[in-house]
Amino acid sequence: MAGLELLSDQGYRVDGRRAGELRKIQARMGVFAQADGSAYIEQGNTKALAVVYGPHEIRGSRARALPDRALVNCQYSSATFSTGERKRRPHGDRKSCEMGLQLRQTFEAAILTQLHPRSQIDIYVQVLQADGGTYAACVNAATLAVLDAGVPMRDFVCACSAGFVDSTALADLSHVEEAAGGPQLALALLPASGQIALLEMDARLHEDHLEQVLEAAARAARDVHTLLDRVVRQHVREASVLLGD
Amino acid sequence: MKETPLSNCERRFLLRAIEEKKRLDGRQTYDYRNIKISFGTDYGCCIVELGKTRVLGQVSCELVSPKLNRATEGILFFNLELSQMAAPAFEPGRQSDLLVKLNRLLERCLRNSKCIDTESLCVVAGEKVWQIRVDLHLLNHDGNIIDAASIAAIVALCHFRRPDVSVQGDEVTLYTPEERDPVPLSIHHMPICVSFAFFQQGTYLLVDPNEREERVMDGLLVIAMNKHREICTIQSSGGIMLLKDQVLRCSKIAGVKVLEITELIQKALENDQKVRKEGGKYGFAESIASQRITAFKMEKAPIDTSDVEEKAEEIIAEAEPPLEVVSNPVLWTPGTAQIGEGVENSWGDLEDSEKEEEDEDGTDEAIILDSIKMDTGVEVSNIGSQEIFQEIILILFPPHFLKDAPIVLSDSEEEEMIILEPDKNPKKIRTQTISAKQEAPSKKPVRKRKKKRAAN
Repeated sequence: MAGLELLSDQGYRVDGRRAGELRKIQARMGVFAQADGSAYIEQGNTKALAVVYGPHEIRGSRARALPDRALVNCQYSSATFSTGERKRRPHGDRKSCEMGLQLRQTFEAAILTQLHPRSQIDIYVQVLQADGGTYAACVNAATLAVLDAGVPMRDFVCACSAGFVDSTALADLSHVEEAAGGPQLALALLPASGQIALLEMDARLHEDHLEQVLEAAARAARDVHTLLDRVVRQHVREASVLLGD
Repeated sequence: MKETPLSNCERRFLLRAIEEKKRLDGRQTYDYRNIKISFGTDYGCCIVELGKTRVLGQVSCELVSPKLNRATEGILFFNLELSQMAAPAFEPGRQSDLLVKLNRLLERCLRNSKCIDTESLCVVAGEKVWQIRVDLHLLNHDGNIIDAASIAAIVALCHFRRPDVSVQGDEVTLYTPEERDPVPLSIHHMPICVSFAFFQQGTYLLVDPNEREERVMDGLLVIAMNKHREICTIQSSGGIMLLKDQVLRCSKIAGVKVLEITELIQKALENDQKVRKEGGKYGFAESIASQRITAFKMEKAPIDTSDVEEKAEEIIAEAEPPLEVVSNPVLWTPGTAQIGEGVENSWGDLEDSEKEEEDEDGTDEAIILDSIKMDTGVEVSNIGSQEIFQEIILILFPPHFLKDAPIVLSDSEEEEMIILEPDKNPKKIRTQTISAKQEAPSKKPVRKRKKKRAAN
């Protein structure tokens, strides 16, 4: 749209945030009693739900079992009502498959799979409302769900998206900012060591600005980590109160 | 067919080689394999060979109605297929993960980076737009499919010409290639993917991994850039953990590589353009035969051959003097003597034992080698008469001596003489007439003879 400036002169974005500001994050763990681990996260208007089953025996062909590690199986699904227009997505379409693969890659790096050889860990993610930063929300939700399930991980996996407008790096893009067509970076980070589990970037960005954008995304991911950490501690405290400790 | 697993020793070998900064095909860490681009007869058809990895790209177009939410933009469609001939492991049902990954990466690299101006593909807004379809087929898998595929896609798109269209009011006229020359697509920039393979948890890095290296790698980082140093796509895959400075370093390397590859592509396109304009022959058949026209080959890294001569001379000097080869080597039966390389000169012994030598039938003993000088001062004459030589005896001399039919000089009057047993007929030898001789006795018979004498 002409005239829609993503970054105003005073440095405010379309939704009133500053360049490096994250949207409001609210998360809850243990939302489903049935699953081993579950979590729900809201990043601004993006709402994602993650459920973890496992570690359990390999379903399906035994041949896929890895002798020294656990198999991580991720499925991504986006609800038909999640976008502005109702879009019927067939289950196995390319984008969902790709998301699933990326999630799997992220979590295979983070989960200590050597502790559960010949078993399988399932992570199912469902996006209920997509308002930008869906990959990041999925990863954050899945991290919380995995922690809720008690599966050992190296560290939190925190993800955030970043963009670049008017020589400024923006953190945590909303749908409007993504649709504008500028460069978008999605980064999944293990905060303690600063290692990047997944890095994905689209659209043209000059090489000189790459560092700036990476830095902004990394900082935002660390902020997400602080929030998620608080959520986990809160959850544990509540659980221990209920257990009467 | 299930993929043959890599054996542990091969895996270890590859990893050790990489640790020592060596690659199996002799490349350096940041070297690409040879890239060869050839074009077909139709516009929009090309084959890209990256080392042995081969990808065929074909672009086609069609007039369709546009998408509802993008009424003024054309449609781009990319499809990469892993043909079953590329690798035994590729089977129709089995490739989904890799296929999805590659296809999505290509789509993001080419579509999201807006390398093609889709607005220019619009014919009638809301009604008719061009749908450009890029089909890529992997013909041979030798590692690094994504790079080859991205090069093939962008080359095919640059090479492609769509039919010209004119709109008058409501009428849309589509001209055939004969009526009006087809029009190239408007391409803003050329994104090229560069792959980096990581080993040992990110300690070692290789550019353009081949198939073996891909099997042992920990993870892959793909950076797509264009020659203006704009990054079009970054994708990390596999289980590796990267650090920020690794990513930045890779992007710098990618910038350099992309420049080289873009130059190559430009040259190939120019070559083809020139040939078509001049009315020369073009197409795959031509490039296969001549490997020149419409094909551009990145030359192999030139090896410095300036010091080869010196090295060769050194080697020759240090080596032992070669055994002289005679066109007609003379073989001596026992009792005959010879001076030659490798043969112990038992000239002195011969002196002791009167007889010997002589062999030869009356005619002069032949000197086996011209270069051999006989101390005895005996005249030596080349063997001229061939009638002397009856049999070929291979035993005394190593095979390389016997290039041509060896000349056997035998003083024996027997039909068959087997030199293996020089003890045979020593007496016979003795009866030989002594003529101008030279020849030192051959090693074995002499020795044996000596022994015999000693024994006697």
